[in-house]
Amino acid sequence: MRAFVHAVWVVTRKDLLIETRTREILFTTMFFALACVMVFAFGFVKEGRPVQDAAAGILWIAIAFSGTLALGRAFERERQGETLRALLISPIDRPALYMGKLLGILILLAAVELLVVPLVALMFQAALFDHPLLMLGLLVAGTVGFAAVGTLFAAMLVRSRSRDVMLPVLLYPITVPVIIAGVRGTAALLQPEADEPMARAWLAMLIFFDVVFVTLALWTFEPVMTE
Amino acid sequence: MGLDFTALRLVDVTRTFGRRRALHRVSLTASAGTITALLGHNGAGKSTLLSIAATLLRPTSGRVEYGDYDSVTGGAALRARIGLLGHDLYLYAELTAAENLRFFAKVYSLDGIERRVDAALERAGLTDRRDDIVAGFSRGMRQRLALERSLIHEPRLLLLDEPFTGLDEAAREALRERLRAAREAGAIVVLTTHDTAAIERLTDMTVSLVDGRLAVGRAA
Repeated sequence: MRAFVHAVWVVTRKDLLIETRTREILFTTMFFALACVMVFAFGFVKEGRPVQDAAAGILWIAIAFSGTLALGRAFERERQGETLRALLISPIDRPALYMGKLLGILILLAAVELLVVPLVALMFQAALFDHPLLMLGLLVAGTVGFAAVGTLFAAMLVRSRSRDVMLPVLLYPITVPVIIAGVRGTAALLQPEADEPMARAWLAMLIFFDVVFVTLALWTFEPVMTE
Repeated sequence: MGLDFTALRLVDVTRTFGRRRALHRVSLTASAGTITALLGHNGAGKSTLLSIAATLLRPTSGRVEYGDYDSVTGGAALRARIGLLGHDLYLYAELTAAENLRFFAKVYSLDGIERRVDAALERAGLTDRRDDIVAGFSRGMRQRLALERSLIHEPRLLLLDEPFTGLDEAAREALRERLRAAREAGAIVVLTTHDTAAIERLTDMTVSLVDGRLAVGRAA
């Protein structure tokens, strides 16, 4: 177990070191998320009043779209020098490699969410901070579910020529339940009278998806990456 | 040290990609303390054979034995004894030379990491460039660093795909010296090349692949 955690941290730390040096993924995903929220704000805010329930959907669309961008770039980096092959012949367990990449992507997405959540709250006058623990739970669970599937698919597609097209084509249908649960849970909290039991129910569903997706990804990563 | 072996043995190895047969019933044995060269034109199957020996690909049929183990029974412990230098060098361009070596030393859970990194940089002639990012290196410098990256865990089996590509004569001689040292240390060295001049008086066995078949094998 110690070796597993060590391997996960070595991979994550390397990704974060590269990212702090280049800031490539962070800046592109943040800019993309910012642009996404701003465009929707122009469409859905009329005379200073946002369309009802728009904020929840826009928040999760911004997270999903910028997450897809981050996933693609994170593995493009491993493809350029074929470093993924060097990792695959190393003694690192394949599940540890997967978890290391996943953790790196989650940290990046958390940084993006630090920008996007207040921005959506501001632009759409959404009470995203009224129930901070529940909102945090929804964000963490939703992001983990989305990134768990995305990391697996991005790794699978790293040697495919059409990876940029195929990643969203494969990713969005599978992660629709996560996005829906995130949107509905957030919308429940944003009602004039926040529906906390409903938000908790969606959060429970997200945690269930996370367990299923992470387990399946850990199970399938080794055979998927061997050939 | 854990798992160890003294020979790599391929027995009737065939590998197909869809309808294309990359390797056809290739049998080959390479022993510790020897250098084996795989010759052949582009598409002859050399890189496929190296990928199979590196456990990155499974043969469609046939077996690959590492002493008493295969890639399944050996698992991570077997992979810890294999070093691979690919045509793409497997280096992170955004990291410095020292950071690349340090990262791979950690991946292999080695002890005395800084000592190993310093020694590897010295052998690569990159001590004064240790804190420069790899993106600014010439092909020759990257090649030297990548070789040390593949050797940092002192592998028993060293697989090199076209290691002489892009090197000037001085760097080629340095590489030949490094490979002789690996052989002296008991490594099983298998390399692919087009360049027969580069491996003159270096190899113990030369094998030619033609359209995925073993055409000629001779002891040097």
